[in-house]
Amino acid sequence: MVTFTEEHTAFRKSVRAFVEREIDPYVDAWERDGRMPTHELFGKLGALGWLGLEYDEAYGGQGADHRFAVVLAEEIGRCDAAGVGMAIAVQTDMATPSLHRFGSEDLKARYLAPAIRGEMVAAIAVTEPDAGSDVAGLRTRATRDGDDWVIDGAKLYITNGVQADWLCLLARTSDEGGARGMSQIVVPTDTPGLRVSRKLDKLGNRCSDTAELAFDGVRVPVANTIGTIGRGFQQQMAQFQNERMVACYGRVGACERALDRTRDYLKQRRAFGGTLMDNQYLAYQLAELYARVDLCRHYNYACAEAYERGEDTSRFATIAKLAIGRLCEDVARTCLQYHGGIGYMEETWTARFLRDMRITSIGGGADEVMLRVIATMHGM
Amino acid sequence: MTATLTHSVWDTEERRELRALVRRFTEREIVPSLPEWEDAGAMPRELHRRAGELGLLALGFPEGAGGEGGHLDSAIATEELILAGGSSGVVAGLFTHGIAAPHIALHGSPELVDRFVRPTLRGELIGSLGITEPGTGSDVAAVTTRAVRDGDDYVVTGAKTFITSGTRADFVTTAVRTGGPGHRGISLLVIETARPGVHRTALRKMGWHCSDTATISLDEVRVPASNLVGAEGSGFRQIMERFGSERLSLAVQAAATAQRCVDLTIAWARQRETFGAPLATRQVVRHRIAQMARRATVARVYVRDVFLRWEAGDDVVTELAMAKNQAVEACDWVVDQAVQLHGGAGYLHGVEVERHYRDARILGIGGGTNEIMDEVIASRLGLDG
Repeated sequence: MVTFTEEHTAFRKSVRAFVEREIDPYVDAWERDGRMPTHELFGKLGALGWLGLEYDEAYGGQGADHRFAVVLAEEIGRCDAAGVGMAIAVQTDMATPSLHRFGSEDLKARYLAPAIRGEMVAAIAVTEPDAGSDVAGLRTRATRDGDDWVIDGAKLYITNGVQADWLCLLARTSDEGGARGMSQIVVPTDTPGLRVSRKLDKLGNRCSDTAELAFDGVRVPVANTIGTIGRGFQQQMAQFQNERMVACYGRVGACERALDRTRDYLKQRRAFGGTLMDNQYLAYQLAELYARVDLCRHYNYACAEAYERGEDTSRFATIAKLAIGRLCEDVARTCLQYHGGIGYMEETWTARFLRDMRITSIGGGADEVMLRVIATMHGM
Repeated sequence: MTATLTHSVWDTEERRELRALVRRFTEREIVPSLPEWEDAGAMPRELHRRAGELGLLALGFPEGAGGEGGHLDSAIATEELILAGGSSGVVAGLFTHGIAAPHIALHGSPELVDRFVRPTLRGELIGSLGITEPGTGSDVAAVTTRAVRDGDDYVVTGAKTFITSGTRADFVTTAVRTGGPGHRGISLLVIETARPGVHRTALRKMGWHCSDTATISLDEVRVPASNLVGAEGSGFRQIMERFGSERLSLAVQAAATAQRCVDLTIAWARQRETFGAPLATRQVVRHRIAQMARRATVARVYVRDVFLRWEAGDDVVTELAMAKNQAVEACDWVVDQAVQLHGGAGYLHGVEVERHYRDARILGIGGGTNEIMDEVIASRLGLDG
């Protein structure tokens, strides 16, 4: 069983206070604008050391244990707009883990350390118009020309993509096809030939910018390759585990806060001569959701513990994301439904919450892809 | 793509023509402009005039009030508008008169019919229904907006919220308290929005963006007593009389939205390739779409059955509630699966299933929430002791 020390508890309090002071008062405006001031926010988070909790102190990380990352994600998950948590998770757990684990010292000094300090915004560029959860189907091509890669192709649904300073790109670097012959490459976004072809408007997570990127003869040094040339797919699959884990930690915080807020509303809202909470049906539905959140929380903790022991957590992360994706939707729908008409209004938190939560079952691999992985693991 | 029940009253030659008319109207005059109206948060008045010219607003209203065609025709127009690429939001905003004007047509004086119903059916006026208040949602008997008699006028003070088409409305058929507490003290009064003391603010919603919604505050608004619809104290009964048709309309919208999303998902699954083959070849996807189609079909058939029994005058209060919940449940599930099978594209603004996902969410709240429907059913099953 994962144990949280007094230090973790104190850290939780700090993060909660930060969210309430530095994020929640501003998210309505960020949602309206369809972007948040990512550099400014990351600057503050970086100054606190929260963008590199588990990373090596040599690059400005905190060298902290994984439980701090659990706490950070749970507390950021409680924020009023899930897009903020997604932007942060991209920086800490989606675009940088491969670089930290496999990158050269030079690459780490130039891209990881500034990302940890919050001076640079990072994005992960894997998905393509014709390769969503089917990563092996991607076509963006990096062709070797002397000491450079020359990159051509397109990437879609790139979180932080409009504001990012560099991308952790997955591209095809040989003709082997399928999962073979891909590499991870750091691509600075000011490189000629790289442009944001479209800023995407989404159902939810609206404060988090999402881009479609076009690569037209983008030239970067081969030295920008992260780890081994040709091992990009495998490295990316490992990086996806961190993405799923941190998404699951965050959603537990989000669901718990949503249930608490709905409980408080039902206790004060009056109809037909009593409070809504006087309706046993409503109380039991909420009770069941609280129970499911608790199960997911402790499943997450088992996953975190396995991760701390250095075990492969892909099964944990896959099952957790499937279960939590479904839970998020049930929680969000119930919270909106129990607020009635006011719950459908954008002035009430429930509308944004439902729109935001819907991505959980799609992003980081759709539910159907999780099931495919689980089926394979069980010998089907 | 919709399977029609042949030889049924839903599929007579006249009604096939009506469907074709609505489809042409939707494809030519709604679909191209819908994204713009969604962004603007309202539909243009011109659309009402055009629908009025085509006779679409008269459907379901008595001939004596300028109407033509029955409720069934009105349901067919709603269905086809959604199946042809419109949306429940368009239905809500364009056909608001379906909830705002029937009371006047049935119980109002000839003068009120001439002043409000006929021009509305021609698309020249826009009407709203004002029942819900900030403190009362599904609990209609708790209305607190007061209308105090003063000579030949009522002086009205209070607030109404979630009023569909409320920012554009020329008049609001309003539930006001003219008597004591409880349902017997409620009357219906037509309030013109141009009268001094009427203040409106637009509400932003999760979906139904093309359909404007308002909070309307009434600050000592002076309204002639001749604007009263039916007798004083008859408001609650009139409202309850109409809830049937509102619930049925929402059920029809839910079933049609489900069918539309089935159609869109089939087209997508045939065209989208993943892991080297079209989605449509994946067994899980095939079965999922089969289940979506089954739920949409069962909902449509059941709603149509209840509709016919309701129109024949049977007591179907229980079945109306069941039909609404059945159709809403089917719709919720189908739109969710449609987004899921569209993957990342389903989460993008501007993709049709994304709009249906946001729009559908209100169908289980408006016209009585799912939970209120279950209360109605439970009560009618004899569980009240």
